[in-house]
Amino acid sequence: MKIVGLSGSKVGSKTRTAMNYTIKEINGKYPDIEVDLIDLADYDVQFSDGRSYWEYTGDTKYVAETLMGADAIIIGTPIFQASIPATLKNIFDLLPEKALRDKVVSILVTAGSAKHFLIVEQQLKPILSYMKAQVVQTYVFIEEKDFYRKEIINNDIIFRIQRLVEDTVVLAETYAKVREAKEAEYGF
Amino acid sequence: MEKYRIDPSEGLEFGLYTLGDHLANPATGERISAQQRIKEIIELAKLAEQAGIHFFSVGESHQDYFATQAHSVVLAAIAQATEKIKIGSSSTIISTSDPVRVYEDFATIDLISGGRAEIIAGRASRVGLFELLGYNLRDYEELFEEKFDLLLQINENEVVNWNGEFRAPLRNAKVLPRPTGGSMPIWRAVGGTPASAMKAGFQGVPMALAMLGGPVSHFKLTIDAYRQALKQGGHNPEEFPVATTGFFYVAETTQQALREYYPHINEGMKLTNGGGFPKQLFAQGADPRSVMNVGSPQEVIEKILYQHEQFGNQRYMAQLEFGGVPFEKVMKNIEIIGTEILPAIKKYTAKK
Repeated sequence: MKIVGLSGSKVGSKTRTAMNYTIKEINGKYPDIEVDLIDLADYDVQFSDGRSYWEYTGDTKYVAETLMGADAIIIGTPIFQASIPATLKNIFDLLPEKALRDKVVSILVTAGSAKHFLIVEQQLKPILSYMKAQVVQTYVFIEEKDFYRKEIINNDIIFRIQRLVEDTVVLAETYAKVREAKEAEYGF
Repeated sequence: MEKYRIDPSEGLEFGLYTLGDHLANPATGERISAQQRIKEIIELAKLAEQAGIHFFSVGESHQDYFATQAHSVVLAAIAQATEKIKIGSSSTIISTSDPVRVYEDFATIDLISGGRAEIIAGRASRVGLFELLGYNLRDYEELFEEKFDLLLQINENEVVNWNGEFRAPLRNAKVLPRPTGGSMPIWRAVGGTPASAMKAGFQGVPMALAMLGGPVSHFKLTIDAYRQALKQGGHNPEEFPVATTGFFYVAETTQQALREYYPHINEGMKLTNGGGFPKQLFAQGADPRSVMNVGSPQEVIEKILYQHEQFGNQRYMAQLEFGGVPFEKVMKNIEIIGTEILPAIKKYTAKK
């Protein structure tokens, strides 16, 4: 199995910090799983211009193809102006409509205050559903106060990240088995 | 219909088309050389002709996993190697070519072949050629509309006066040689949406409709929209042929046909379209109401006839060798087309 972590903004450090915890959790618990972290702050991704994802070049091609090659994607996103960042939305715009079919996608969100709690529910999940993802319904919501100098200081968040990783792996494995069994039934 | 060299009293025409893909056979992982692939395509056209197939066409895609970028050159070889089968492109990407040169090439193929050449002009579903040939993808729509329109004008007029954005103007320009009879059939390739089909209708050009999968009823709406737009554009729908295109594969049983063809479609699409073909959708292709003509010969005959009844199409074009299907399987399919499918289609669709 291959899991790709996607840290969705070029600004700040909280989402990346939370993603580092998440990747470390996967590496520790599931050493056989191949993990990649894409932090959009490290890549020069162009805006979608309508071509097919594999026809881009450089960083854009790398990011799009890495995501297309994943069995599961863990998205980390901050909340900007009451929505997801443009950098993250652009990733969806680069990919085909059914890009997330047969992929499990889970979410971790960092925000300045609890007022932003439903933004992922109302703005990110509909995009993932539209692109045919199997979404892990529970997401990890992390506030400003849970961090101190690039560390997570709230143990409840640590536990939630552990559960998110476990749910992501269990669902990805389960869907793969269900799919295999169903495809075997077709007999061709 | 004579303008498009189609005789409706002969019944539904059956064609074969290739994208010119150059892919490994997924069963062996082995890929033949580009040279062998091109020779096999020429050989395929000869076999199609011997089987009584009416039309054979070759497409252009300018990227990895394709071998017929110079599709008109391949068609010229086919013109020389065959005697009566009609030949054409599927598609010629007119957006990134000079319509004058395209017309010169195809008119020449028409003369070599003795009046058998046709152009199906499209906008490209794989757009790598825009960068390769120096065009801006943002002009995708306009490049096609302008150049396709010029191509039609050249076909209708021996002397052309023309002005446009993407090419130098033409002043009393003679585009030569002229094809046999002065003009040749030029079709507009349509990707399946009613909006795209309506453009062909308003323009008053024949339509070649791509159908990858889905119910017949869905594509009937698109064809109905095309004919409605023809009327609105002041054209008589009776005069314009419709060609439908899609996956085709026959074997002894449906299950065997699905089993043999699926890996080629799935693996081939992964490399050329960026994503595989879901097994679930492919399994639904066996349904009599689906446009995918994969099954036993009898089932496929019934599907082609059902589609003809629903669509009123003049030509069906089959894609049977996508994704590295081994040549002996392709030959077997052509044999079944010649001995079982064509006689049945003729029996039920030809007048008398």
